[in-house]
Amino acid sequence: MSDKILEIKDLVVHYITDKTTVKAVNGISLSLERGESLGLVGETGAGKTTTALSVMQLIPDPPGKIMSGEILYEGQDLVSMEPTQKREIRGNHISMIFQDPMTALNPVLSVGDQIAEVVRLHQKISRAQASIKAQEMLELVGIPGERYAEYPHQFSGGMKQRVVIAIALACNPKLLIADEPTTALDVTIQDQVLDLIEKLMREFGTSLLLITHDLGVVAEICQKAAIMYAGEIVEYGTLKHIYEKTAHPYTVGLFGSVPNLTVDVDRLNPIKGLMPDPTDLPIGCPFAPRCPDVMPRCVASPVPVTEVESGHYVKCVKFLRSEAER
Amino acid sequence: MNTLIEVKDLKKYFKTHKGNLHAVDGVSFAIAKGETLGVVGESGCGKSTLGRITIHLLEATSGSIRFEGEDISQLDRADLKRYRQDMQMIFQDPFSSLDPRMSVSNIIAEPLKIYGKYKDSADLSEQVGRLMDTVGLARRLSDSYPHELDGGRRQRIGVARALSLNPKFIVCDEPVSALDVSIQAQILNLMQDLQEEFNLTYLFITHNMAVVKHISDNILVMYMGKMVEYAPSKTIFAERLHPYTKALLAAVPVPVLGGKKGRHLLKGEITSPINPKPGCRFAKRCDYATEICSTEDPAFIEVKAGHFAACHHVKSINGLS
Repeated sequence: MSDKILEIKDLVVHYITDKTTVKAVNGISLSLERGESLGLVGETGAGKTTTALSVMQLIPDPPGKIMSGEILYEGQDLVSMEPTQKREIRGNHISMIFQDPMTALNPVLSVGDQIAEVVRLHQKISRAQASIKAQEMLELVGIPGERYAEYPHQFSGGMKQRVVIAIALACNPKLLIADEPTTALDVTIQDQVLDLIEKLMREFGTSLLLITHDLGVVAEICQKAAIMYAGEIVEYGTLKHIYEKTAHPYTVGLFGSVPNLTVDVDRLNPIKGLMPDPTDLPIGCPFAPRCPDVMPRCVASPVPVTEVESGHYVKCVKFLRSEAER
Repeated sequence: MNTLIEVKDLKKYFKTHKGNLHAVDGVSFAIAKGETLGVVGESGCGKSTLGRITIHLLEATSGSIRFEGEDISQLDRADLKRYRQDMQMIFQDPFSSLDPRMSVSNIIAEPLKIYGKYKDSADLSEQVGRLMDTVGLARRLSDSYPHELDGGRRQRIGVARALSLNPKFIVCDEPVSALDVSIQAQILNLMQDLQEEFNLTYLFITHNMAVVKHISDNILVMYMGKMVEYAPSKTIFAERLHPYTKALLAAVPVPVLGGKKGRHLLKGEITSPINPKPGCRFAKRCDYATEICSTEDPAFIEVKAGHFAACHHVKSINGLS
């Protein structure tokens, strides 16, 4: 068996309503090895969260539907799995840190009970043992165990996010999906939470799929990055590939849009225009209408992926090799 | 210096059932015409409250506000109305700061109507059209409603509304925080262009260090209602004097490989601003804190030319005599 813990192959997810079909994810493929961390970067509506929810098998159906593709967790396809089997894996082997700690917790249950609930669902242990485990988890994320019986509103934002992390880690998952885990937090608290996630990854060998729009956070804790745009992965590679050998015009645009603490610029160089409407995507490259280097080929037909360098994948006409593809 | 607005020892306390919440506690600054003062700090440090009391959206508990030399802190409503046209605000959330039941053109025209600027409705709609051109909104959207538009376009409506009365001073309260990075850059560029074109003065409130560095001439760092450090933008990013500013900047992730050298974690979190005890409010989280820090308020002093900080140990920490 390969050492791949997660492999997504050609995943397509649509949200179908009576009126329209939102093409949220359009044929993405990526893989994650054991102990590795991958950053999934993109703007609002790029399909990052839909990808995460697909791995968790939590896409609301209806209207959401996985149209095609495979999601292999340790070689088993999650998409075609029986619901009981999915429940066995979800929360136990794969777990998720949700974006907004203010709404991810149940306001009428004490934080300790919310952690114990996960443990009792997946491990055959008594209530008492589960609460001991929950207290240990609280301590692990830096909250005193005595606060077990307190309710979410008694905690600050950063502490609530720690509780969410404690819930996600309670069953020692092998794969952790973190959906914008620090976006709602202040920078000094973000620093603390990132440090915690990093420490836990080292300690338990957890693999991480980190979803974010912040290229800075990815540079800090990931080894690989995938850039998403309009439901497609437009560039994928190691951090070195993405940050130092940036290839795709969209990735270049993203870097140009962020004001940088280390470099002085008088004017930012934003990407012009807006994200395409996901109910009405262009036939060719979805970035073509905003791209500074657009060519006739870009709008004609879908663009295949090119491996520009070992492990560095780009979906852009500029990098196509064979004449046939052009 | 051609000062447009100057505030001195501004305070705002909110009464709560637990006691007085010191949201803004003795803040002073001056902004020259055509310049931008960036106010940074974490959530709850009082930066939004500061913005609001500066333009009198909230009444200050004490302190003075001078606008073009005249003290406006004691004016009554009618007198204040004259000044309101010169002072506008761009709000953080483009989703809740626009009335969902008003069309784009009505939102932008509202300030003009309130001040009776145009008697003729054709003139009014022409002016609204010009404002939409200025901020880069297509005129065809004038009859749309906010819910039909995306965040970037909505924020442009907010900018157009703020510009409609030809203000001299605009308080921008996290104007780009709710936007995606590519859209954020478009709005930042627009605001810079407008500043140049109309010689606008900005009070720019944000928690984003990179944004504040990009847009500001001077920077004020706040912590729990207090001024912590003040300096020209270039100076503060080259050398920061206060331990809090140091930690804050060190915590910002940089989108460059190996851009950050090691993690220097700031322990703890912001404590309660209700009836704070005397002493430096950062003392509990500070590595350099000694006894004096928890007993005596540090003075806000000019440590180097034009570079102010409030810290008892500012000289020893930075190796200054």
